[in-house]
Amino acid sequence: FFQYCLSGHPTLPCNVLKFKSTTIMLDCGLDMTSTLNFLPLPLVQSPRLSKLPGWVLKDGSTFLDKELKECSGHVFVDSVPEFCLPETELLDLSTVDVILISNYHCMMALPYITEYTGFTGTVYATEPTVQIGRLLMEELVNSIERVPKAQSASMWKNKEVQRLLPAPLKDAVEVSMWRKCYTMPEVNAALSKIQLVGYSQKIELFGAVQVTPLSSGYALGSSNWIIQSHYEKVSYVSGSSLLTTHPQPMDQASLKNSDVLILTGLTQIPTANPDGMVGEFCSNLAMTVRNGGNVLVPCYPSGVIYDLLECLYQYIDSAGLSNVPFYFISPVANSSLEFSQIFAEWLCHNKQTKVYLPEPPFPHAELIQTNKLKHYPSIHGDFSNDFKQPCVVFTGHPSLRFGDVVHFMELWGKSSLNTVIFTEPDFSYLDALAPYQPLAMKCVYCPIDTRLNFIQVSKLLKEVQPLHVVCPEQYTQPPPTQSHRTDLLIDCQPPAMSYRRAEVLTLPYKRRYEKIEIMPDLADSLVPLEIKPGISLATVSAVLHTKDNKHVLQLPPKLPQPPASKKRKRVSEDVPECKSLKPLLSGSIPVDQFVQTLEKHGFSDVKVEDTAKGHIVLLQEAETLIQLEEDSTHIICDNDEPLRVKLRDLVLKFLQKF
Amino acid sequence: IFRVFCWCPGAGQDVGRSCILVSIAGKNVMLDCGMHMGYNDDRRFPDFSYITQNGRLTDFLDCVIISHFHLDHCGALPYFSEMVGYDGPIYMTHPTKAICPILLEDYRKITVDKKGETNFFTSQMIKDCMKKVVAVHLHQTVQVDEELEIKAYYAGHVLGAAMFQIKVGCESVVYTGDYNMTPDRHLGAAWIDKCRPDLLISESTYATTIRDSKRCRERDFLKKVHETVERGGKVLIPVFALGRAQELCILLETFWERMNLKAPIYFSTGLTEKANHYYKLFITWTNQKIRKTFVQRNMFEFKHIKAFDRAFADNPGPMVVFATPGMLHAGQSLQIFRKWAGNEKNMVIMPGYCVQGTVGHKILSGQRKLEMEGRQILEVKMQVEYMSFSAHADAKGIMQLIRQAEPRNVLLVHGEAKKMEFLKQKIEQEFHVSCFMPANGETTTILTNPCIPVDISLGLLKRETAIGPLPDAKKPKLMHGTLLMKDNSFRLVSPEQALKELGLAEHQLRFTCRVHIQDPRKEHETGLRVYNHLKGILKDYSVQHLPDGSITVESILIQATAHSEDQGTKVLLVSWTYQDEELGSYLTSLLKKGLPQSTP
Repeated sequence: FFQYCLSGHPTLPCNVLKFKSTTIMLDCGLDMTSTLNFLPLPLVQSPRLSKLPGWVLKDGSTFLDKELKECSGHVFVDSVPEFCLPETELLDLSTVDVILISNYHCMMALPYITEYTGFTGTVYATEPTVQIGRLLMEELVNSIERVPKAQSASMWKNKEVQRLLPAPLKDAVEVSMWRKCYTMPEVNAALSKIQLVGYSQKIELFGAVQVTPLSSGYALGSSNWIIQSHYEKVSYVSGSSLLTTHPQPMDQASLKNSDVLILTGLTQIPTANPDGMVGEFCSNLAMTVRNGGNVLVPCYPSGVIYDLLECLYQYIDSAGLSNVPFYFISPVANSSLEFSQIFAEWLCHNKQTKVYLPEPPFPHAELIQTNKLKHYPSIHGDFSNDFKQPCVVFTGHPSLRFGDVVHFMELWGKSSLNTVIFTEPDFSYLDALAPYQPLAMKCVYCPIDTRLNFIQVSKLLKEVQPLHVVCPEQYTQPPPTQSHRTDLLIDCQPPAMSYRRAEVLTLPYKRRYEKIEIMPDLADSLVPLEIKPGISLATVSAVLHTKDNKHVLQLPPKLPQPPASKKRKRVSEDVPECKSLKPLLSGSIPVDQFVQTLEKHGFSDVKVEDTAKGHIVLLQEAETLIQLEEDSTHIICDNDEPLRVKLRDLVLKFLQKF
Repeated sequence: IFRVFCWCPGAGQDVGRSCILVSIAGKNVMLDCGMHMGYNDDRRFPDFSYITQNGRLTDFLDCVIISHFHLDHCGALPYFSEMVGYDGPIYMTHPTKAICPILLEDYRKITVDKKGETNFFTSQMIKDCMKKVVAVHLHQTVQVDEELEIKAYYAGHVLGAAMFQIKVGCESVVYTGDYNMTPDRHLGAAWIDKCRPDLLISESTYATTIRDSKRCRERDFLKKVHETVERGGKVLIPVFALGRAQELCILLETFWERMNLKAPIYFSTGLTEKANHYYKLFITWTNQKIRKTFVQRNMFEFKHIKAFDRAFADNPGPMVVFATPGMLHAGQSLQIFRKWAGNEKNMVIMPGYCVQGTVGHKILSGQRKLEMEGRQILEVKMQVEYMSFSAHADAKGIMQLIRQAEPRNVLLVHGEAKKMEFLKQKIEQEFHVSCFMPANGETTTILTNPCIPVDISLGLLKRETAIGPLPDAKKPKLMHGTLLMKDNSFRLVSPEQALKELGLAEHQLRFTCRVHIQDPRKEHETGLRVYNHLKGILKDYSVQHLPDGSITVESILIQATAHSEDQGTKVLLVSWTYQDEELGSYLTSLLKKGLPQSTP
């Protein structure tokens, strides 16, 4: 039982579990924070970004000036943005049997794994996870491919060169694992390997292991996973939420009785209260618009945006914003809004009830109908005709390095009337803004992360009581910026086992039992014997069949009697089969009854002598001696096989077989 | 040996309604709770007195499962839960839970408000009944209690229709409800894994029909509609609001578009628009094609099909009207039928099965003079067509499902006796499994013989598997263990562990045999001869000569001593424990034969 840790990012995990004879990958998150080191990809020719000076080393060498550019006092890589992949060398990924996906944010590295490692297994995920995951990937590929970049920088990655670079490039880790974005054909190939599953569905893997997704409450179709055999249970908790937003509530009860609970995907902003952040979001938005400014909300095309639109739906009339247009710009905006309405079964109770009426579960349907919310695939085309200011724009990507958001940053950054509001917690907003500095526009940071915080975690752990907890090392110490906050870590007994990228953990549990089935005819043939009150036992001699990791005991076939051979066989052929096991014996032999039995069977000259530990029974004529002691019987006789066998059987009658 | 009881208060050899009671390993589950559309009195509901005579329904039943929203499968539910009284869980899929109360309310209105019947459930009862419903996902394993679990599979047929697997320990039953094995214009095909249930309870509405290809039927339907409209006639298609109606709408919509037809198509009653909305919101339950394209174009937003108003029925000129209900037994479809029946230019197309006693059944069986309320006689001159669009599995489909699930027994319900008999023979011939077809009220008992799962200690299992595959695969590998039974737990452990756990000491049984052989040599020389002799014969055993002159064969000890009286005779003491019985016995008889003459 091992866990291979392929990602160091606690909310974008990628672990491989060796459980019994199966190799299971848990999530394959893609760390996109690496893109912050790259220059933004402008959709419209940007005079500012195209005329940046090349970076020159202290000693005056200019060999990097094509790859690295100086911008707003920082150095950026001028190249197609790259992402940091999970570790691929720690173990042979072609041996992975299955990949379990917990939510759509944690599957972004899937094409790299399924298309480049020789992976031949199956991926399991819920339907909303797959559909929305596809949209996220589509948006990603689209926004990068829309701005073709001729060059792909690699010189700076050389260890010797990287040493000379200024921070943060100097400190960037695993740069050799950074890769360009995949393509749509690769996305489609990867997604075709997914098998859809529903909550609480029991999926058998090779007869040895059963995996089950459970609702995790974080996003549409998001799941935690139970990986269990008959005797061991591992719970994988990834991206869970106890807040009531749109998804089905988290299933906590099913996590009980775990031997090991792997805990990932906690909130990235443990100090911020999501409800408070939403309130701040609304008031900042209203204030900016009232002052005639525009609001830019960099966001993913699915997830929190549904909740934000719902809040705004309730808020705009009271705030007097009913005439302000809301724009949602993404190549997948329409699909995302449509898909959100058809997953009734994955929604919280309130939303389900609406579908029963039948009404669309999310109120953004009404916002669209009343023209308050408009969606466009990009800033080009219809949008440029409809565009009215002041307005609110929701668009990606939250890293501010690619997607339509780059255009709006360039367009609105110079005016202090405008505001950019960060709601996605995945990127540091200061790093995201770095290449746009100096900015006149207001920047508001309202990260909304509904995942579990440490208080909720400790409550959860108390409730489900796992024997052991395993988590990323980040969760076992306070955040580096708040080292005094000792409440911001996982506190449990025994202490959580922590892991870091490229580490292999041995999980602490030991199996003692396995399931086996006894065929009905064999069961009928067993003779149970009550040994103690309430405890019976039966000796079983049976044939063991093992197939697909399932064990079955069958009645031994009746061996055909060997034909009596006419010729006497040579002695050596009669050598008995090796290891034909006899049962163990237990019990003791009462000497009086034994003697009576002997007499009954025709032994008339029985003599009994007492010894220190028991008795000696003498059969004088046969010159045979039987030593009876508490836990042993010794028959000493001449070579008279029939006599010996007879005595043996008489002794056995007094003993229990095991 | 366990039993599966199957009692059908109303789903035996009768298409009228479904209601089956299954007892499996001590758990009682009711499958569907349908009403009979052909009756207007107490006979329309199943008779629950079989259960209630012995106590309350809630105490007797562990759960109720509803397969889909058709009234012949769920129509008696409020009567059952609110009037007879049942408070336990009722399971159905999300779409069924959404749509079922609407159809129930619709039917209640027709029966109570229009016909003025009194002894019927109320709107409030429908609401209270639905509060007891637990919605299930496809493939979700629902743990009803510690032992009983159920799982839903996609069944096609209508939106949200499901087949259910009911499982207790090793024993299981699959109930299909209504299903179809071929995808249609809006739904996918039923699917189940190889779950090998002890019993498969299958509907058999179309037990013998192997229906002609779907495409032919569709072409036929379109041709008839087209011809009637061309000659200025009106087409009435009585349908149930949900299900076939949507499939036929998609069919006509695309045909109208392709042929550029202008005649209006109407869909009656407010339920329709609502119904289409359900299809939009539950689009994940439709077929792959619709699901894939729904963002670009939602198939259930029709351009040519408009809402019907009662006044339109008297409009001149051709039109096509979909009207509810489907069997012409009440409501709007019956009203329109009465208006149009007298004109031979018009046509009524019955796209589904009609229960005996309904107007639909009468005109399909050729009756052309109908007695209506108030002794009025209605003469039917319009053309009457029957087209089987009902999404039920035909004989081929039923066989296909049996092949998929591999049940040990099959039980046919919800069909007509004669047709079922034919299918029963076919199933028994092809699959060699027992096939039953109980009549209403009859109980079928099926014996099952489940395996007994026990826990085996890993040590014992490893010991057995470590010996490795035997060179000769034909020789069975015997394993020895002790089965400990304590309370209800069964554990198979090694004999040593069993003794230890029970706090018992092992009793050692040892034999020592004296074997006399003629050998005048010294004791240690005799010993050496014995050693060489045994070594030569027992090639597969470990034979050792110890420094003190004794010999071991595995754990058997042999010592040569001089005979106290006869120097020419040596006594070999052979000593072994009961566990080495065979080898010990063999050795003594071998040594008794003496040693070979020649010294090595």
